Amino acid sequence: MRQRQASQGARRAREFEAFVAGAAGRLLHAATLLTAETPDDNPRARRLLTLSLAHTYASWDRLRGEDPYDRARQYLATRFARGAWHQYGGLGRARPHPGSPLAALTPQERLILVLRFFEGVAEEQAAALLGLPAERVHAICDRATATLLHPPRGPAPAPMGAKAVTS
Amino acid sequence: MNRPEREAAARRIMERTQPAVPPDLYADVVRRGGRMLRRRTVARRLMWLLLFAASVTFLVWALMAHPWVEPPSDTTPPLTNW
Repeated sequence: MRQRQASQGARRAREFEAFVAGAAGRLLHAATLLTAETPDDNPRARRLLTLSLAHTYASWDRLRGEDPYDRARQYLATRFARGAWHQYGGLGRARPHPGSPLAALTPQERLILVLRFFEGVAEEQAAALLGLPAERVHAICDRATATLLHPPRGPAPAPMGAKAVTS
Repeated sequence: MNRPEREAAARRIMERTQPAVPPDLYADVVRRGGRMLRRRTVARRLMWLLLFAASVTFLVWALMAHPWVEPPSDTTPPLTNW
C-alpha cells in the first residue's frame, strides 16, 4: 500500500514537472503582460504564476481529464481580476511600467486582451470566466485593441470609448 | 485596417518579448502546493473529528435524557375513577 502510494507520488511529480516545464514560459509571458511589467523585472507576474501553478499542483489529482493548463490559466485570470482592484487602487501602488507593450491599458482591458488574443480563449468563455456579458467583453476588446494600436496622446480620448460601447 | 488585421497586429505586439522562467520556479511551486495540500488534509481531518465528537455527544445526551419520552404532566392531575 505504502509502496503503491510512493510510486503514485513519483509518477505524479514527474507528470507535474513535465507540465511545468511545458507551460511555465507561456503562462509567465501572459502574467507579465497582465501585470504590465518588463520581461526582465517581473516580481508580481512571477508571484501570480507561482500561485496559479501551486493551485494546479494541489488540485492535480482531482483534474479528472480536465486540461491542467486551462485550469492554471483560469486561476491566473481570476486571481489577477480579483487582485487588480486593490493593487492599482491606492496611491503609490504598482503602476504599469512604461516599457511594457500593454502599459497604456487598464487592468481589465489587459486581462481581456491577453485572454482573447494571446491565449486565444473564445469570447463566450472569457465572458463566463470573468462574469461579464459577452457583448461587454467584445466592446472592451475592441477598445483595448484600438488603444493598443493607436496610443492616445495625453488623457484617454472620450470619443473612442463611446464608439466602442455602441458598436 | 479590418478586424483580422487589427487582431494580428495586437497579437504581434504582445508576442514581442518573452520573459525568462526563473530556475527555482518548480521547487517553489511544489513547496507551496504541498503546503496547500497538507493544510487541506488537516482541515478535512479536523472537520471529521468535529463531526464525530458532535454525534457522540448527541448520542450520549439522547441516551441520558430520553427526549422521545412524553414528559410527565405536572399541571393536570391524572384521571382516575370515571
